[in-house]
Amino acid sequence: MTQGLRRDLRTAAIAILAMTVVLGLIYPLAITGISQVVFPGPANGSKVSVDGKVVGSHLIGQEFKGKAWFHSRPSATEYSGNVTFFGNAGPNSAELREEIREELAAYLRLNKPYDHSLTRKRVPVDAVTQSASGVDPDISEANALIQAHRVAAVRHLPLSKVEELISHNTDSRSLGVLGEPGVNVLELNIAIDREAPLK
Amino acid sequence: MVQGYVQIAIFVVVLVALVKPLGIYLARVLNNERVFLTPVFGPIERGAYRLLRVKPEAEGQDWKQYARSLVIFSLLFWILLYLILRTQGIQPFNPEGFHSGPWDLSFNTTSSFITNTNWQYYGGETTLTYFAQMAGLAVQNFVSAAVGIAVLAALIRGIVSRSGKSLGNFWHDLVRILLYVLLPISIVGALFLVSQGVIQNLSHATVIHTLSGGTQILAQGPVASQEVIKELGTNGGGFFNVNSSYPFENPSGLTNFVEMLLILVIPAALTYTYGRMVGSQRQGWAIFSAMFVLFIIGVVVVYIAEQHGSPAQHAAGLHTAAFDGSTGGNMEGKDQRFGIANTSLWTAITTVTSCGAVNGAFESLTGIGGAVPFANLGFSEVVFGGVGAGLYGMLLYVLLAVFIGGLMVGRTPEYLGKKIGAREIKLVSLGVLFTPLAVLLSAGAASATELGKRSLYAGINPTGFSENLYAYMSQANNNGSAWAGYTGFIQPHPPGNVGAFGITFADLLGGFVLITARFAPILFVLAVAGALAGKRVSPAGLGTMRTDNPTFVFLLIGIVILVGALTFFPAILLGPISNGLTGRLF
Repeated sequence: MTQGLRRDLRTAAIAILAMTVVLGLIYPLAITGISQVVFPGPANGSKVSVDGKVVGSHLIGQEFKGKAWFHSRPSATEYSGNVTFFGNAGPNSAELREEIREELAAYLRLNKPYDHSLTRKRVPVDAVTQSASGVDPDISEANALIQAHRVAAVRHLPLSKVEELISHNTDSRSLGVLGEPGVNVLELNIAIDREAPLK
Repeated sequence: MVQGYVQIAIFVVVLVALVKPLGIYLARVLNNERVFLTPVFGPIERGAYRLLRVKPEAEGQDWKQYARSLVIFSLLFWILLYLILRTQGIQPFNPEGFHSGPWDLSFNTTSSFITNTNWQYYGGETTLTYFAQMAGLAVQNFVSAAVGIAVLAALIRGIVSRSGKSLGNFWHDLVRILLYVLLPISIVGALFLVSQGVIQNLSHATVIHTLSGGTQILAQGPVASQEVIKELGTNGGGFFNVNSSYPFENPSGLTNFVEMLLILVIPAALTYTYGRMVGSQRQGWAIFSAMFVLFIIGVVVVYIAEQHGSPAQHAAGLHTAAFDGSTGGNMEGKDQRFGIANTSLWTAITTVTSCGAVNGAFESLTGIGGAVPFANLGFSEVVFGGVGAGLYGMLLYVLLAVFIGGLMVGRTPEYLGKKIGAREIKLVSLGVLFTPLAVLLSAGAASATELGKRSLYAGINPTGFSENLYAYMSQANNNGSAWAGYTGFIQPHPPGNVGAFGITFADLLGGFVLITARFAPILFVLAVAGALAGKRVSPAGLGTMRTDNPTFVFLLIGIVILVGALTFFPAILLGPISNGLTGRLF
């Protein structure tokens, strides 16, 4: 028994070191090397540039304030890209009810002056609920089409032009079926700002 | 909802289509037969045996020898991982200059990754070096998964073996599973994920001046190589704190689909492998059917509940019906690109398996939607379950069902021609009941004492009760998902561990539960295998209770539900079901 034990100890000691080297260093470093050569864009965060300056990532949402921009979804982390956590509001939380009430009122206050037919009933859920990632890059199409009235008016663009840009910047379902369509807020705002820059 | 059901149906069809080909492949790997990768990895495999100085084919192990190799291997790896987590300050690949976290947190994290759980009190991007993630945690994602499959292989050999006590060789199984299954799929999967936007680099976090004039810091790292094995090995530990909801881990509907498939494909295929190894595919399909029924019920319940929305949303005056251009439903804690359907499907998948990776916030699930993860964990992760672990757990339930069925019809219980005696059924009972017992004792201790209160986020109400109960269910069942408000780690200045400290009670209690509820059942399973190995096989007669027909599937489902419900129903009633049955807010 003790001889078997000693043998197991030796075998296990060699095994854990070898596995750490192969699975913990060679494998991830090789994947990194190949990725950096073959897929440098996505491997480094799918960055988006304007006039040669990186302004964000296609995949990571940003916070937008003011009337001239499309707004992203509410976030528990204020769109942090390096300290992430869930909002963790429970389904029966009185606090959550207050937060959603405030978000609803703010959304109506911001957009109703430009879209007179907007009622509470038409506000899409994604506009007033916190995402999981805290950096949701997308909003729903319904959400974008409501905000379009405001952005068009503030930027003096025809509504049809803004709606066209929305459809250009909508990521449809993968392969036509998987996931939900979403309007990429950063890309949309870049396109809007290119069309009608703020002074 | 039709579109959502179409997506769920597509997933199920692809999954079922993969069960047979992958099941055959896995059987060939475990039976030491040639596979198409042998020309590539054969030389490495032989080199590995030379390095380890084992002659696998000549050195069959009985259950005690197999168990001893497994325990010593896991123990040494525990020590190495703990050392890695405690020496972050001197490590390479540490662009953020992170120091080590507190000792009690490291104890919990080490225990969590050795046991294929990946319960996380820490946030990866704010506390860990790339070295610790790659060479520490991701290695365990491979190894703990391989250990699970190895134990299953040993149990099957025990069930099949007609002479001799050998259950195979632990080192042999370990090497072959890593080389021929987990590593090749991970290489292909990681490169695919990178091509779709999952990051893979060793850079410093990127500081970005945003479009509207703000600043955003984007954490970087070798994510894809870890993401793929975290799903494939049903581990679940995110590189980022918000796990697979973070776009750098899971950027699109397509990656979401592939990642869900990676989680479920090995546990599902192993049922076919089982049928092949015992020489009757019908036995494998019977077990698959029982698992599949319980899985699908869970998917549909979560989906309907989440699409309905939550009491807090309705009380706030929000309309949660779907309409053109909006998914509707409970989008709190869900990302737009996944919507309700894919977050619901993922939630069921990650809790029937012992994966625990999430693409949405569990604590924000509706009451009834949230009851499904509880129920899945209440079934002790035998509905598909962890790689290997799910099926060896289910086989204990199969033996239990055979025993109870035998009592009902008044015959000596036997399974695949082997009589199930008193010794076997005692070991089976211990194996089945150990994990639930660990859950109830630890969750009870934590909810009854002041020490446990410090970890709560939601406070003293049904959601707070859920946090606490789920924390210990998740750790005991080696799942790793969480009602994430519950914490064992306080980090005042993230990112970084400056001033951070652990909640010692939660960290240590969780750590002990993790280890005991993983390794005690493994030892019981190996002991069952040892007891069955070499038993005489009697030919099936007219009086033999069949274990490959719908009646048995029904009986098996009944036993799984019965054991889970008797053990956990009162507790689950106080948490998510209370939330689900009332419109009251707390």
